[in-house]
Amino acid sequence: MNGYAGYILRIDVGAKAFRKEVLDRKLAKDFIGGRGFVDKLIYDEVPVGADPFGPLNKVAAAPGPLSGIFTPASGKVQFGTLSPATGIIGDSNMGGHFGPEIKYAGYDMLIIEGVSNTPVTLVIDDDKVDFKDASDLWGKGSFETEETLKKQLGADFQIATIGPAGENKVYFACINHDFGRQAGRTGIGAVLGAKKVKAIAVKGSKSIPVADPDAVLKVGMNLYRKCFEKPGLAEWTPLGTAGVTPWVNEVGAFPTKNFQTTYFEGHEKIGGQAMKDKIIVTDKGCFACPTPCGKYSRLKKEGKDVYVEGPEYETIAMLGGDCMLPEIEDVAYANRLCDDLGLDTISGGAVIAFALECFDKGIITKEQLGRDISWGDIGSFEFLANIIAKRQGMGDLLAMGTRIAANRLGHDSIRFATQVKGLEWSGYDARWAPAMMISYMTADIGAHHNRSWAITFDVAKGRDTLEGKAKRAVELQRIRPAFDLIGCCRLQWVEIGFELENYEAMFEAVFGERTTWQDIYVAADRLWNMNRVRAMLEIPGFGRDDDYPPKRFMEEPVLSGPAKGKLIDRASCDRLLDDYYMERGWDKAGHPTKKTLEALGLFGCIDELKARGLMA
Amino acid sequence: MHLATIDKLCSGCKACQLACSMTRRKEVNPKRSFIRPEGRFPAPGDYIIKYCTQCGECANVCPTGAISKKGDIYDIDEDLCIQCGACVAACPFSVMLLLDGEKAKKCNACGACVAACPRAAVYDSDTSKGGRY
Ligand code: SF4
Ligand code: SF4
Ligand code: SF4
Repeated sequence: MNGYAGYILRIDVGAKAFRKEVLDRKLAKDFIGGRGFVDKLIYDEVPVGADPFGPLNKVAAAPGPLSGIFTPASGKVQFGTLSPATGIIGDSNMGGHFGPEIKYAGYDMLIIEGVSNTPVTLVIDDDKVDFKDASDLWGKGSFETEETLKKQLGADFQIATIGPAGENKVYFACINHDFGRQAGRTGIGAVLGAKKVKAIAVKGSKSIPVADPDAVLKVGMNLYRKCFEKPGLAEWTPLGTAGVTPWVNEVGAFPTKNFQTTYFEGHEKIGGQAMKDKIIVTDKGCFACPTPCGKYSRLKKEGKDVYVEGPEYETIAMLGGDCMLPEIEDVAYANRLCDDLGLDTISGGAVIAFALECFDKGIITKEQLGRDISWGDIGSFEFLANIIAKRQGMGDLLAMGTRIAANRLGHDSIRFATQVKGLEWSGYDARWAPAMMISYMTADIGAHHNRSWAITFDVAKGRDTLEGKAKRAVELQRIRPAFDLIGCCRLQWVEIGFELENYEAMFEAVFGERTTWQDIYVAADRLWNMNRVRAMLEIPGFGRDDDYPPKRFMEEPVLSGPAKGKLIDRASCDRLLDDYYMERGWDKAGHPTKKTLEALGLFGCIDELKARGLMA
Repeated sequence: MHLATIDKLCSGCKACQLACSMTRRKEVNPKRSFIRPEGRFPAPGDYIIKYCTQCGECANVCPTGAISKKGDIYDIDEDLCIQCGACVAACPFSVMLLLDGEKAKKCNACGACVAACPRAAVYDSDTSKGGRY
């Protein structure tokens, strides 16, 4: 099948067995690849109500049909699982070189199932799979683990690892790769940890079949040339995502002090320019990327060199602003700590900011922690990150994320637990950005920006009006996740204005038949609705109530800065939700209608809803 | 066309390898290309681009005289190649390839990598000084 490697690799880490399966054409047609494959796999194969850390849960990793092909930024891979953080399907994408390598090894998806008794590294070398004992690596940081494996296996293996946080089943443990790329969200690292999978190493020597190699070359060259001609290439690339920091502050959307406010005094000291002036040593691109946003940095800590990839914008927002770390070196050091421990910097930052606020309010005490902690103090950050990753003392509770921690701690701390559906809110405050607000409220995995980054739409179209905002969120939730299906990065489109049309010529060269974005959007919508249904099956009463933002965003006006006094109250959230559900073809309770599911061919979903009395 | 490189511009994206394998082999397979951007991580955190400098070391060791200079490049006469691998061992940059069932193959300075490199980290020194911006 052109564009696809043609096989799926299923690995049972309990039985230490593996099997190569032929890729199902219908799966490819209906769900394209990447996020479509991994979420569908979890939907189909992990039983409703399974323990995310038990033997019935699975972890899947899938590149897309364009991954590894001569196309700008074709380096993405998607991981999926039943998320411990949210209890629903969780997925997370990762750049670097891991996804393409899976394709070159001959696979469109890896499925990891079962639970191993002892720590294991999965070594995939084309058709061979080796279960390598990882006892010596258990407890080690992500960096040391990857470095050790590269030395043992060879530099041309692409390696994904977990850190101690993953081993200890921290609900927001990430997967690390290439000394700085992560699949950060929804705690997939913790599920690997529960399976005792310390690392996955892949090497492939195969070619990916394409319909017309001459056309792929010609179109590919053309696409790169078009990227090179964009003024954004030279304007955006040098600072990467970190370059947006001043703008987010100027528009009053920068998470600061656990989102108490949205402008960080001194943000210049932690933004992209400060990085460039002080710590960046090289740009570090993902596979085939024309606009390498990855910045690799070096700083001195106690006389020693510390290396880290980043910080990128989200990390600057969540560790910098939200935890108030004042200097770029602090943010970079905190970034490195999180990466090495295997903590998602978004949720990690949010959880630490939550803990700091709880401490201020006396909800978490010095007696409980054995020390003082304070905003902007790297020592406090390091202490908290460590007790969370190792689940020591109060860290054991914080390791379950802000929702569970707040529910246990009480004192209405749930009000400032910045999460939706159990997933912590990422780096854009939305109290003066309704399109961004509804985007976060409705993102299928929880409060993540990558499904719809709509704040520029708010700024362009008026920040107080609710009109048209839900519609835009739905449009973006179609386009952006479409990139997650094909296996490409979306930032060339978002950041340098590389037009969507450009990809369609490549679809045809690769697949050998005309394929449009519209075809992929349909698959993206199908997936979106399937995930919603799964959430309904998984969580009793799931629906509208799960789509509200934390009370802080509906009831507490922004304290200072350009958005001072702003909030989006519950009535406005309701209006946004009504518009959104209408746009999606869902009812007022936030449930997809039968008609909507039928139109997308999701007949299995209808049957399951009916079987559980959730649909008439 | 004379290939040249500026290592510190490289971001390790492998677009050069894709362009090379597509051009020279009509295959999507960066491992079958004649250029090797190699990252050194976690320290010192940089890339070194290994490419064919047309140094001629391969020609010096070839027992059958299959490799000879034609114009600016060293070229392989596949009829004379006996697949002994001496050239592979001699290449200082590991960019001579001898794959199973094939004759030795090397860079012919076709320039596809130059056209694709987003940073112009690999460039044509006849016409450019390297660097795109
Ligand atoms: S293939 Fe290697 S040895 Fe031969 S000319 Fe090129 S760089 Fe020199
Ligand atoms: S000049 Fe041509 S053959 Fe040589 S490395 Fe570049 S793309 Fe490959
Ligand atoms: S295309 Fe350029 S930047 Fe990318 S790996 Fe090759 S030489 Fe480096």
